[in-house]
Amino acid sequence: MGSFLNTDRPPVFCPGCAHERVTSALDETFQQMELEASEIVIVSDIGCSGLFDTFFNTHAFHGLHGRALTYATGLKLARPELTVIVTMGDGGLGIGGAHVLSACRRNVDLTLMVLNNFNYGMTGGQFSATTPSDAKVGSSFLNQLEMPIDACRVAASAGAGWVMRASIYEKHVADQLTAAIRYPGFSMIDLWGVCPGRYTKQNNLTPKSLRAIMDGLPSADGPVPENQRKEYGKHYAEIAAGLKPQGPPPQIEARQNAPDHGKNGISILGSAGQRIITAGEILCLAGMSAGLHATQKNDYPITVLRGHSVSELLLSDTTIGYTGIEQPAVVIAIADEGVARRKSMIDRLDENCLVIKATDVDVPASRAQVHEIDFKAWKIKSQDRALASLAVLAGLDRIISADMLRAAISFRFKDAIAASALVLMDNVAGHLAA
Amino acid sequence: MGLSFLEGNEAIAHGAVAAGCNFFAGYPITPATTVYNTMLSLLPPSGGVCLQGEDEIASMGFCLGASMAGKKVLTATSGPGISLYSEQISFAIGSEIPVVIVDVQRLGPSTGSATRGADGDVQFLQWGSSGGLPVIVLAPADVRDCYLLTVHAFNLAEKFRCPVFLASNKEIAMTKESIDLSAIPLPDIVERQPAGPNQPFRPFASENNHSAPPFLPIGGDTLVRQTSSTHGTDGYITIDPAVIESMQQRLDQKLMAHVDALTFYDTDIQEGADTLVITYGVTSRSAVDAVASLRSEGKAASLLVLKTLWPVPEAVIRQLAAPVSRVVVTEMNMGLYLREIERLLPDKTIGFMGHMSGKLVTPHEIREVVTNG
Ligand code: SF4
Repeated sequence: MGSFLNTDRPPVFCPGCAHERVTSALDETFQQMELEASEIVIVSDIGCSGLFDTFFNTHAFHGLHGRALTYATGLKLARPELTVIVTMGDGGLGIGGAHVLSACRRNVDLTLMVLNNFNYGMTGGQFSATTPSDAKVGSSFLNQLEMPIDACRVAASAGAGWVMRASIYEKHVADQLTAAIRYPGFSMIDLWGVCPGRYTKQNNLTPKSLRAIMDGLPSADGPVPENQRKEYGKHYAEIAAGLKPQGPPPQIEARQNAPDHGKNGISILGSAGQRIITAGEILCLAGMSAGLHATQKNDYPITVLRGHSVSELLLSDTTIGYTGIEQPAVVIAIADEGVARRKSMIDRLDENCLVIKATDVDVPASRAQVHEIDFKAWKIKSQDRALASLAVLAGLDRIISADMLRAAISFRFKDAIAASALVLMDNVAGHLAA
Repeated sequence: MGLSFLEGNEAIAHGAVAAGCNFFAGYPITPATTVYNTMLSLLPPSGGVCLQGEDEIASMGFCLGASMAGKKVLTATSGPGISLYSEQISFAIGSEIPVVIVDVQRLGPSTGSATRGADGDVQFLQWGSSGGLPVIVLAPADVRDCYLLTVHAFNLAEKFRCPVFLASNKEIAMTKESIDLSAIPLPDIVERQPAGPNQPFRPFASENNHSAPPFLPIGGDTLVRQTSSTHGTDGYITIDPAVIESMQQRLDQKLMAHVDALTFYDTDIQEGADTLVITYGVTSRSAVDAVASLRSEGKAASLLVLKTLWPVPEAVIRQLAAPVSRVVVTEMNMGLYLREIERLLPDKTIGFMGHMSGKLVTPHEIREVVTNG
């Protein structure tokens, strides 16, 4: 197979730039792998290494600094058959650090080539994440204050399955690249070279001295035994194949008749653990079982397991506009935390409002009618108070009927839970009758 | 008749699937997280892909890569996430990558209030990218809109090859409503126009100076180039001022020459009314109630509910405001879209009702401004 080098756009690097060698090595790799050009996408980053996509007649994607791995991940998961190669400098390695770590952890079948020349060439030789602290760079003394990272050790510890440190001046780079690309998971090659345009103007670095530095580092020569595992995309497909497709959202049929008309607001004031939000949903479903429009808004702290829990519902036989409740028809007060949260609303209640309150909850005096329930005497647990209050409402035939509530319970809950909710309803009805 | 009980975020996810969306990537953030949760339950079992990125920047990057491979992609976030999306949004605009972006607005600035609503991003969505080119922003008012406008958003993203925003709001996104999705008539689904065979493919060559270029996916038989750099029709970087200018003008005109095709709005015009209430998003629900109660007292008022915020539907606004002397703008912020209305209608008396308190603008507050100024 022939070269994929784009003869219309030859490399434009400074004389002696390592990137020129990388370009030839990559072309040689494609030839020895016998890939079709249309099977390859080169995703390039920013900086001098960001020019790579233009040198090859393959698919190409050039984006923002440090983000090349993110596009590559999207491309590969959308088209798993593609060979996706990312070229990035040590600059991209630093600014895109979170993406490098995540790519190592994720193990999507991509190959990351870090074209490591220890500085930002294009912008003037500033220090990067791999610049030695004693190097002379375009950032004055700032690199003396920071430690360089070893990309290979970082990648291996982040979970990469294949990591290699290599010098562009040594033999077999095309073989090394071939092995990286053939690896069926995420592979990273940390390819060292010099930047004569910037770095070696002030720092003495030769192929020999590069080798000497490399020999002093822990080896990184391909597979990382402890990180071998399934490739992300294949694993994803494997798990997804076992998932049940979701149908359209379930619908409750409108078969009941509502006892009340107009627009009615209901506030349920409780605390975490009282299943307030589920009860609010049940109330709305009960309304919907009679063809009413319904809205539900909830208010609870971000730390969901403590504090207030408030659910505000509207049921209406006409379309609901504003979803706030200015004057509720019913307030269900079953915990002090919820009442405290809506104190100003309680002060405004008028004589048409019904307050269903637990005996042990303090509700400030208002003009509303009050129906008090001694849940303890009824042997109803705290987490059942909200649902029991709905049963009280249905028992009083206010806003919802018992049939509407039963329809909602049967729609929302399955088997045992539905059965115990219906038992609770009967229990409440018995107490109300007594 | 059957009814489902859904929050706005769930309706957006179902709308996306109805529009053919097969790729989602996002990062959890209140109040947008349930879009991600719902996509996670819908996509993987049906052959789609739903990913959680390591951050918002990655999530958008996944979307852009997948979109260029031919997927219909969705992401969802809130104000802090839109900030992180910004450079990727600029990329999608300049390099014509279709993507639907949900911004479930929460009270800002900054991390602000995670569980309080506001419409504080409506200028940010248009202007929060580098380069100053137009974008499309649709604003749902309720669960029905969340479903329907999401389908429109995908259609527009595919047709115009651009990012399309859904400017939702915590108060729509996390409020559950009764809805029969099957009763909502949906538009025909639009697919990206493919480039014809037998021609050298130039990825940014369009048929005229006001439309998106025909598309081929990265990874197909024909080689495709994508680049965030200023490019010519061949997708290679260019420094030719004439090429640059014609590309910039086409990016502008591909939307601005088609404002009618991407403008959605509702009206309720009352004969003889001298006041027009202009609103959008969740506040429009209060405006509908306010206008109804004004009319029940024998006071006349007309209503314009914008569903497209950007590009500004200038002709519609001017035309509907022509018969009235007074306009009242109401929105869930301190006057962001008001600026556009003031710019368009310099001869009208303009009243305003809006606040940033985390609370909805009430029908009562709107009535007060309409009645008493
Ligand atoms: S600045 Fe350095 S990296 Fe860039 S082309 Fe010149 S030598 Fe190569």
